[in-house]
Amino acid sequence: MELYLHIPFCVKKCGYCDFLSFPADAGVQRRYVEALFREMEQWKEPCRGYEVSTVFVGGGTPSLLEAEWMAEIFDGIRQNFCLAGEAEITIEANPGTLTRKKLDIYKHAGINRLSLGLQSSDNRELAVLGRIHTWEQFLESYRLARESGFQNINVDLMSALPGQSMASWLCTLRRVTELEPEHISAYSLILEEGTPFYERYGHQEEKGNRVPDGLSLADGNEALSGISLPDEDTEREMYHRTEEFLKGCGYERYEISNYAKKGRECRHNTGYWTGVPYLGLGLGAASLWEGRRFSNVRELSGYLNGRTTDRDSLQILTEQDRQEEFFYLGLRMVRGVPLAQFEEQFRRQAEEIYSGVIQKHIRDGTVIVEDGCLRLTSLGMDVSNYVMADFLQG
Amino acid sequence: MADISQDKIRNFCIIAHIDHGKSTLADRIIEQTGLLTSREMQAQVLDNMDLERERGITIKSQAVRTVYRAKDGEEYIFNLIDTPGHVDFNYEVSRSLAACDGAILVVDAAQGIEAQTLANVYLALDHDLDVFPVINKIDLPSADPDRVAEEIEDVIGLEAHDAPRISAKMGLNIDEVLESIVTKIPAPDGDPKAPLSALIFDSLYDSYRGVIVFCRIVEGTVKRGTRIRMFATGASYDVVEVGYFGAGQFIPCEELSAGMVGYLTASIKNVKDTRVGDTITDRDQPCKEPLPGYKKVTPMVYCGMYPADGARYPELRDALEKLQLNDASLFFEPETSVALGFGFRCGFLGLLHMEIIQERLEREYNLDLVTTAPSVVYRIHKTNGEVIDLTNPTNMPDPSEIDYMEEPIVSAEIMVTTEFVGAIMKLCQERRGVYLGMEYMEETRALLKYELPLNEIIYDFFDALKSRSRGYASFDYDLKGYEKSDLVKLDILINREEVDALSFIVFEGSAYERGRKMCEKLKDEIPRHLFEIPIQAAVGGKIIARETVKAVRKDVLAKCYGGDITRKKKLLEKQKEGKKRMRQIGNVEIPQKAFMSVLKLDNE
Repeated sequence: MELYLHIPFCVKKCGYCDFLSFPADAGVQRRYVEALFREMEQWKEPCRGYEVSTVFVGGGTPSLLEAEWMAEIFDGIRQNFCLAGEAEITIEANPGTLTRKKLDIYKHAGINRLSLGLQSSDNRELAVLGRIHTWEQFLESYRLARESGFQNINVDLMSALPGQSMASWLCTLRRVTELEPEHISAYSLILEEGTPFYERYGHQEEKGNRVPDGLSLADGNEALSGISLPDEDTEREMYHRTEEFLKGCGYERYEISNYAKKGRECRHNTGYWTGVPYLGLGLGAASLWEGRRFSNVRELSGYLNGRTTDRDSLQILTEQDRQEEFFYLGLRMVRGVPLAQFEEQFRRQAEEIYSGVIQKHIRDGTVIVEDGCLRLTSLGMDVSNYVMADFLQG
Repeated sequence: MADISQDKIRNFCIIAHIDHGKSTLADRIIEQTGLLTSREMQAQVLDNMDLERERGITIKSQAVRTVYRAKDGEEYIFNLIDTPGHVDFNYEVSRSLAACDGAILVVDAAQGIEAQTLANVYLALDHDLDVFPVINKIDLPSADPDRVAEEIEDVIGLEAHDAPRISAKMGLNIDEVLESIVTKIPAPDGDPKAPLSALIFDSLYDSYRGVIVFCRIVEGTVKRGTRIRMFATGASYDVVEVGYFGAGQFIPCEELSAGMVGYLTASIKNVKDTRVGDTITDRDQPCKEPLPGYKKVTPMVYCGMYPADGARYPELRDALEKLQLNDASLFFEPETSVALGFGFRCGFLGLLHMEIIQERLEREYNLDLVTTAPSVVYRIHKTNGEVIDLTNPTNMPDPSEIDYMEEPIVSAEIMVTTEFVGAIMKLCQERRGVYLGMEYMEETRALLKYELPLNEIIYDFFDALKSRSRGYASFDYDLKGYEKSDLVKLDILINREEVDALSFIVFEGSAYERGRKMCEKLKDEIPRHLFEIPIQAAVGGKIIARETVKAVRKDVLAKCYGGDITRKKKLLEKQKEGKKRMRQIGNVEIPQKAFMSVLKLDNE
């Protein structure tokens, strides 16, 4: 099984972010840590006999928490769960929140993988995103992490940012790969409803018509006035050049938005797409546990007062749900879904249910079957939702 | 009341411009003649279809019989025949009028005479009805009954100074109206012993009794067992039941004789045999001639109707047949479209009629429909001398076989306050109107007369008229005839494939503009596919406009954070659901509403 811990706190909310995160004072943060302890204890019994293969502490900005508290959290994890010796243990951290001392404590707590949210190496782009750090601060954090002995580091990057050019994106890629992190997540900016970015740029993306560069969207916000999203063609080109560029630097794409040096694929993330059970602890965290999907409540006060699972979110997966998930989650992996595994798991051939869909998408050039796996082609990767939707039955 | 003398019967209707209070007055008449208590009254007794109530207009004519004790101490039978209020239903109005001896003209005390007021009065006078005016809504702050009375006298030439001034809504002075019905509307005549001739003015299908025929007995008598024959169709039946109309119910009686209004049933299974306007006579002792005025209803507007789900074609057919039982003017015949599969070409009296049928099919029969753009009937004169009436643009012959084409023209009267005359004239010009003249009704209002091609007004003319006159303009039209015109068929090609269901006939001079708008509209309606989709408009094989739906470049939910996949699944489900409502044409999926988007091309 896998364990996910959500730390919903950040210094300030970024304009594009729709995750469950917000600033909070130290008192609230401490109460939250204690609520996490309580939740871990609740799961102690049910998880007896399971070995935890990966832990991922995500946020928000988990590195914002007092490092000692993080160490306490890991003590709690070890007291309540059976952590595998070679477990992959990741924490997300933002440049500007890391110190050598913090990193040493993390290392001591058993954390062996660091995920740094950089997004861009261009300080203007960082300002537009509302990030709290600069490229120089990232370099400092990265250096500290290496000095502390972290040998497995991911860097999060984002393309198609407002005002970003192809040249500046390639510059970010070049600068980052020169540092040789083991793993790179490269996402294309998504405008999520309810975020300031959606308010500002959402209309540009209607039907995919991102406006061409140079069109002004002047308004009150200094940082954003006169800046627009790259047009759709540029956005796609960035995406494609990313794969090409990173491949040249020794990073293989193994998932729609993730690249890694050989053997450094994120095991935790891969688990989500391949049906490994996981428990999500903390505010709003999602779980897949014994054939059910559920999430925790999303109101902080409720969680602090001991509420955990949101009953409304509980979904008992049917055979059909699991078959659908097998495909639409599994297809996120570049290697695709092993058809023999489907048969093993469901005692039916995938073709019995999906032959029409598979044939259609082979014709469209969005999928191919190779070495017993059904996988997305490069085109299919670009339009994965379009493909995956067809794997919903009924 | 087995024995009713003719001089105690009053057969009448109420005519008015829409919203001048016809239905409300009808309610009051029914209420105050005492058949129903106030508690039993629904807001509008005569309108018993939900749809009518929602739209606030009366679709089907209906009748009600009430008993009134007049000031002279006598009891009078009132047969109130309700008439539809929309220009689409002019023929239905005329048949109802023919069943009456008089009419109450309701005029709004604030708005005065409107286009339909005039049209309806002339129609009533054409039927030799005695018309007396009633000025309604005197409770409105803006009411000016003196001015309106003068207007009625000046414009229509009806004596109006002693016209009842009422508020149907408040129930004010309704007794004056009731007395006027007795004194101003003539009693019917006709010989109860003469050979039977009865006018069908409406019919209703009832699953137990078959068709219920609403009729006015002009001569003779009909009762249970009478062997009747329909003049136009020749069909014969034995009468099972005769009766009259209570409020919302049928009340059987012994017989109906000359001058009376009532219904008969005769186990008639098919409403096609009881054409409205037809004459019923006695098979064994027939009248010599049918009553005048019958005409076979000819639909003015046609469109294709297809079930969204092709498997429900038989259901659509059944539903249309059922609707036709009650609607003699609805026409339909099977047709096939390459794009839409099996469906029906349906003919309607007008656009409102079309919308009503469409809504009823969707609401009462729970059918999901795809409707093609409405078209008028074009007359094509071929070079070989043949003349064809074209109801479906797809069937247009090759231009080389066409000598010339004609399109239906209407005479339109538009009543508008003078400040909007300019705007309305501009609108009519845009719609290829020919200006015939203008009359001032009074200082601030004018009656504009135009000839307009029907195909320019069937889509959205009424909406445009309202929006350009801030709702003040009123409009009425009559089919004038056919005129030669330069018309072309505009085809739409999606991904280089012609989509038959999107073709339409258009005035040559407007073809480019319409084609361009159509392409723009379709570009918005058609979702992006994996490949680029050209949308082209063509006339005679020549492309005149083009838009492109770009290929989808990206459709990815890149981030799926913390293993929360529920949002992803919802997104995929939504996408899947969207695909279900598509029509596959070639390898392009077209949303069903795209087929109707042609309707909304107005530039405002």
